[in-house]
Amino acid sequence: MSASPLMALFSREIRVARRIGGGGTMGVIFFLILVTIVPFAIGPDLNLLSRIGPAILWIAALLATLLGLDRLFQADQEDGSLDLILTSDTPLELIVLVKCLAHWVVTGLPLVIAAPLFGLMLALDPQALWGVTLSLLAGTPALALLGAIGAALTVTLRRGGLLMAILILPLAIPVLIFGVSAAAASFSATTPFLPPFLILCALTLGTLAAAPFAIAAALRHMSE
Amino acid sequence: MLKYANPTYFLPLVATLLPWLIGATVAAFAIGLWGAFFSAPADYQQGETVRIMYIHVPAAWLSMFCYATMTASALGTLVWRHPLADAAQKAAAPIGASFTFICLVTGSLWGKPMWGTWWVWDARLTSVLVLFVIYLGLIALWQTIEDASRAARGAAILTLVGVVNLPIIKFSVDWWNTLHQPASVFRMSGPTIAPSMLWPLLVMAVAFTLLFTTLHLMATRNEILRRRARRLAIQAASGETDAQPTHRLTMTGGAP
Repeated sequence: MSASPLMALFSREIRVARRIGGGGTMGVIFFLILVTIVPFAIGPDLNLLSRIGPAILWIAALLATLLGLDRLFQADQEDGSLDLILTSDTPLELIVLVKCLAHWVVTGLPLVIAAPLFGLMLALDPQALWGVTLSLLAGTPALALLGAIGAALTVTLRRGGLLMAILILPLAIPVLIFGVSAAAASFSATTPFLPPFLILCALTLGTLAAAPFAIAAALRHMSE
Repeated sequence: MLKYANPTYFLPLVATLLPWLIGATVAAFAIGLWGAFFSAPADYQQGETVRIMYIHVPAAWLSMFCYATMTASALGTLVWRHPLADAAQKAAAPIGASFTFICLVTGSLWGKPMWGTWWVWDARLTSVLVLFVIYLGLIALWQTIEDASRAARGAAILTLVGVVNLPIIKFSVDWWNTLHQPASVFRMSGPTIAPSMLWPLLVMAVAFTLLFTTLHLMATRNEILRRRARRLAIQAASGETDAQPTHRLTMTGGAP
């Protein structure tokens, strides 16, 4: 089992995402729209915005990740490449991990890069900007992997988006809790940054280890 | 166990067990409710409102027990390919959701006089709410995917992924500072609740468990009969006659 099929898969995913477009850029635009909508809803009070800014950015990142997820397996399922993937020699868990990694590079990483810029719009101070960026960097892989579980479970459904969100959001709640806790901790010395950040890293690493098995099992059972 | 995988054995077993189970459930509820509302004393601090506990706590225990049953059924579907496991799991989901709902509502009704609020986002309440959403997601998954065996496997995977919530619920009052009170019954150093309140609570727990078992067996039986009815309808629609029946031992839609 050489690494080159996985490398080939990774570069294929990146190339397809870049050619079809939409994945990363749309995610960032959606992120921007959500961040824009919130001040319309709660008023432009900068004090209030800077206090809940980390939470807004995290929720927007979560929703933007959710929306991009149906591209993950459905495109392959529709044109038949999922069947080829399922019958290949390389372990399905590794293939799934590579796909999720590529998906995160295309959709999650742009969110992390855009987050400090949008944080400025929400009047976050520099420490909070660092906190939000680092916590999103640590947490978005976990969101992508958990989302992939839902995407694999609903891979054959035409309108599976809403069901996928229902299935994924309960699983994503711990990541959200610790992510916001780490992001919001930075601007007051009383609430520490490191404990929730380390727990967030632990969640991501744990999901990295366990989710590929669930995703692979779901793909095997659910695609026909 | 595998003998009862055949519905021909399972259905008569349910038919014989059910009257006894119903009788035991009614008896247990009678004793438990009498114990809860007449025999047990009022709490020195909470007064009579403590009696909600005799509904709220067993409902909470049963919501987790039901999920544990669904996890066992999920393993039965995925690992041992037990043919009735997915019918059992599909049947259990609405029952578990109902118990969780009862737990949340009675807890809310108890919280208003005690804590002054209908709801608070502490660890215990939030994790039970997450359990409720997971139950609803499972029911939604069952209803959205048309092929019964594929829905069964997807629901089984989702159940196994969601089982991580169960220890979180149990230990949430230990790991976090919560408004919800810490464990008083299932503790390493024994229960801290007074015996005169403990026995009605345990009787109500037994009653709820019997109720769950009764409802679960009935629902599993109904699911099997529903699948039989659908299969007969499909046969009738496709014009098969009794002279050439299709031989099926399993009641699921997929391959045995």
